[in-house]
Amino acid sequence: MIERISGKRRTWCGFMKAFCYISLALVTLLTGFMILYVLFRGLPHITGQLLLTVPSMLRNTIGILPDILNTVYIVIATLIIVLPIGVGAAIYLNEYASNRKVVEMIEFAAETLSGIPSIIYGLVGMLVFCQFFSLGTSLLAGALTLVIMNLPTIMRTTQESLKTVPESYREGAFALGAGKWRVIRTVVLPTCINGIITGCILAIGRILSESAALLFTAGFAHNLNGFIKGMSSAGATLTVALYVYASERGEFDIAFAIAAILMILTVIINLLTTYMGRLMKRRNGQ
Amino acid sequence: MNLRQYLAAKDYKDNPGRLAEDIIHLVFLVLGLVAVGSVLVITVYLVVSGLPAILKIGPVEFLFGTRWASTAAEPEFGILPFILTSIYGTAGAIIIGVPIGFFAAVYLAKMAPGKVRKVMELCIGVLAGIPSVVYGLVGMTILVPGIRILFGVPDGATLFAAIIVLAVMILPSVINVSLTALQAVPREYEEASLALGATSTETYFRVSVPAAKSGIFTAIVLGIGRAIGEAMAIMMVAGNVANMPSLFTSVRFLTTAVASEMSYSSGLQREALFSIALVLFLFIMLINAVLNVLKTGGKSR
Repeated sequence: MIERISGKRRTWCGFMKAFCYISLALVTLLTGFMILYVLFRGLPHITGQLLLTVPSMLRNTIGILPDILNTVYIVIATLIIVLPIGVGAAIYLNEYASNRKVVEMIEFAAETLSGIPSIIYGLVGMLVFCQFFSLGTSLLAGALTLVIMNLPTIMRTTQESLKTVPESYREGAFALGAGKWRVIRTVVLPTCINGIITGCILAIGRILSESAALLFTAGFAHNLNGFIKGMSSAGATLTVALYVYASERGEFDIAFAIAAILMILTVIINLLTTYMGRLMKRRNGQ
Repeated sequence: MNLRQYLAAKDYKDNPGRLAEDIIHLVFLVLGLVAVGSVLVITVYLVVSGLPAILKIGPVEFLFGTRWASTAAEPEFGILPFILTSIYGTAGAIIIGVPIGFFAAVYLAKMAPGKVRKVMELCIGVLAGIPSVVYGLVGMTILVPGIRILFGVPDGATLFAAIIVLAVMILPSVINVSLTALQAVPREYEEASLALGATSTETYFRVSVPAAKSGIFTAIVLGIGRAIGEAMAIMMVAGNVANMPSLFTSVRFLTTAVASEMSYSSGLQREALFSIALVLFLFIMLINAVLNVLKTGGKSR
């Protein structure tokens, strides 16, 4: 067969295939390089002292414990607020809404939100939460900004998994005399819990990697606080700390150590989402 | 129908269950409208805080002025350098990133063995998940010195460095969206082409790719949106000086213009920063509109 194809066609095919392989090799090499380079430069600098202490002017040491805690606080706070809103919105779209116009409006809004760059979230978050609601530069203001940023993600993943809940489950429950809310609470939501968890993992990934939106809303202090005090005071998350140490203080070793931590978390988050995806696929296949 | 009639029709007194159900319905409606409210608040705040400075400075001087000297004794607020930098930077990222992403997506969708595809999906996921400051950090320590040595320029923190970082950062979304579109091409199209004697490579590029055209355009537009909105990574590698853009000068993007001066700005300078954000927002809205047209166009076909 191959012999009968003209030379011109064969070269064209060869070139196209070559481009494919080159592109794929580039993407793979790039990913491998990013991971290995960051780990190689960062891992040697991850020490107990770095992880478990606060920055000290006196001893001239840098510790990132406050940044780690701030990150944990902001993740928890954001998820606590965004989950009810996002899941609720998805439930409304999938279970309650009967007016197409309203559905289209909400979906359009969610899409618009997911396209807005984080720097704009940072600015508007600063104007609305820090100034208008006078929360000041605080983790809470940062968390609220992140809530709006992550709302589309939670809505979309929840909605996708709501769509996979078979209609017969709902009908069965209705037939037994359950009200709509009872059906949602006891039948629909438990069936789509995997989708909600996937949404949470994706949101955690986005929160971990966010910097521009937090710079103006949560600030960049490195104080060690408890959860409640921490929420009302300014604080840097790991990514913001990375930026400050690299760009403004020239502490590249510390920056790479933080980058290595973030890189490991990124890989873990990706493995988790892949695993959740497979889990859902397998269950839906049954 | 007024409220009293409505309540009478609903007969809540005898049906407390119905009242509870309706309240829950209302609660979910409100939760659904949070997204709509957020979009409105963002738009209103940006317009209200961004317009005054544009009017004060004069729209033409603001948009087409070539000098930005916000802290000078006689401040000048021309954002043409930022607009052009953002456009050039995005265009450069698209020119470099899209072909790589496109060919990788075709390979992954059509030719890759299952194992390769699984590994690559993880790779792309990781690439998409890496925080932008980490890209910035790696760019700062490798790309910037690399460009300085390779091209013999005094400072490697240039538009070129930013373009490369942006090209890498848009790769995952370009690949993922094109991949989905290519996978959705009906198998029959390809089988028909193969049966007519086309080779498999010809089939993928002359049949599958045109069939997935709107999805691939969506991927490119999405990439444009990503590139134009990115701030932190390019702030770390682009040098951050308000020059008119050229490949090997230090430049400032719309996003980095906002980010770099926000923390110490005041008065008209601060207002002008919000105006820059408004211009950026308009760009994003334009891109969103194009995405919507692509999506509805893809559906109606």
